[in-house]
Amino acid sequence: MTENPGAPVLDLPAAEPAGDRRMILNMGPQHPATHGVLRLIVELDGEVIVSVQPEIGYLHTGIEKTCEAKFYQQVVPLTDRVNYLDPLSNNLCYCLAVEKLLGLEIPDRAQWIRVLLTELSRLNSHLIWLGTHAMDIGALTVFLYTFREREEILRLFEAVAGQRMMTSYFRIGGLSMEPPLDWLDRVQHFITTFPEKIDEYSNLLTGNPIFMNRLKGVGYLSPEDAIALGVTGPPLRASGVDIDLRRDMPYSSYEKFQFNVPTSTVGDTWARYVVRLVEMRESTKIVQQALDGMPGGPVKANAPKIVLPDREKMKTEMEALIHHFKIVTEGFNVPAGEVYQGMECGHGQMGYYVVSDGTSKPYRVHMRYPSFATLQAIETMCKGRLIADLVAVIGSIDIVLGEIDR
Amino acid sequence: MTSQPPTLAGKQAVLEGLPDHPAVKALEASEIGAWNPQAFTDARFDFGELTLTIAADGIRAACVVVQKAGYNFFEDMTAVDWFPASPRFQLSYHILSHAFKERIRLRVMLDEADPTVDSIVPVWAGANYYEREVFDLFGIRFSGHPDLRRIMMPDDWQGHPLRKDYPVEGYR
Repeated sequence: MTENPGAPVLDLPAAEPAGDRRMILNMGPQHPATHGVLRLIVELDGEVIVSVQPEIGYLHTGIEKTCEAKFYQQVVPLTDRVNYLDPLSNNLCYCLAVEKLLGLEIPDRAQWIRVLLTELSRLNSHLIWLGTHAMDIGALTVFLYTFREREEILRLFEAVAGQRMMTSYFRIGGLSMEPPLDWLDRVQHFITTFPEKIDEYSNLLTGNPIFMNRLKGVGYLSPEDAIALGVTGPPLRASGVDIDLRRDMPYSSYEKFQFNVPTSTVGDTWARYVVRLVEMRESTKIVQQALDGMPGGPVKANAPKIVLPDREKMKTEMEALIHHFKIVTEGFNVPAGEVYQGMECGHGQMGYYVVSDGTSKPYRVHMRYPSFATLQAIETMCKGRLIADLVAVIGSIDIVLGEIDR
Repeated sequence: MTSQPPTLAGKQAVLEGLPDHPAVKALEASEIGAWNPQAFTDARFDFGELTLTIAADGIRAACVVVQKAGYNFFEDMTAVDWFPASPRFQLSYHILSHAFKERIRLRVMLDEADPTVDSIVPVWAGANYYEREVFDLFGIRFSGHPDLRRIMMPDDWQGHPLRKDYPVEGYR
């Protein structure tokens, strides 16, 4: 381990003779249009992009390594820090993976609330995408509108989890607690008014000639390239590949919900915009169905050695107190094995690969996050285009640096 | 407790239990390219997930075979360090089929002495960053990779943080 395998940061081409118009431009890591600490090394011929090299790792915190030193239940709060714009999807994916290892059965009510919240989380993610994407293009107004609705969603998160962004509301075995009494009414109120808000964004952007000109025909990605490069989620569906894990490999009772999966065969930045906009309407439908059919019952699995007992029970039952003490101090053992749980989050296919060696700490937690793979496609999308298009493309692939660098 | 599908341990059990599985069938009796069916050494069906163990020198050919069998989407790849056991490193490739709506795991075991394996970037270009990540954090080399250099850690970093003998809080 003494060797230094790192090559120079970038193999820059040898200095070209004067008169050559090629130029290396460093974009980021601190740049308002790179959505975080993304650094792009762009080779330009005049204003035309010759190559784009993403340099990542500025936000690397070693979350996967940290997970190995924590109990299974202590990993949950780490997961929502990875993709901080879609926190509940992270929680859900990790919990599903561990529950698969444990063979836990989750009560219906918990599953439906999980679906409801994951869809709200997707809306949250899409709203930030829409606001920042439009802002990158120069339509500053939309950002103020989408963040108004995002604030409503964050208040709903706060009401159930006590936290606006780092929710950690889903726990291994169910939810952390029953939502407050009027919470479902508040969701209903939000979801009734939300479709007209989508119309509002659409009115601001869809017919806007500047927005159209900046997006249409820009950043084309063919379905073959998308599959080869591991692109998932809305960018993949905008390239004409009809795959959505919510429908095709359902988890957490998604099979009980009816929704459409919007696709487009155009494959450009505009198609990705349209697909996401329709996806927001579909998410609204799913939330409405979850509200209409919300089953009653407990929100935690009946597994006293894994799920923390209710606070009230701890004060009256000796057993509950013992279980609580054991879980908090020693964790719980998970049978040895390896599982991969995939799911569809706001940006694409997320996956948690959890390896257990039979102890109370995960032997290995690997997170597959969509942005990491999607970033590889940026050069394919931008080659031969103007540098201004690069900004539109970064916005349209909707990356979060937290999940790229982990 | 949910009713999990029964576990099938060992290659023989999987061949008998899942005789019509497209990936198993393709790997067991295939004449595609450089693929040698002997390199398909072990299999396990557990938690509803199929794991196929491939000899280290056969992974690229195996990827071509499963790709032709309909497993068209490279989803994820990572390593597990089983220190101090031998062989020390396990590589797990997760391949998704858009047609069958199903995922398989290809698994490769590597010795500590020379952790080198063929890169699968020629098969799926999207494996590029994943192999760089494993190279960076585990120190496993991928021969044939177009641009194998560190991706997460700084270029002058010493050691490979996700190895089990690397302390969680780092060297101080």
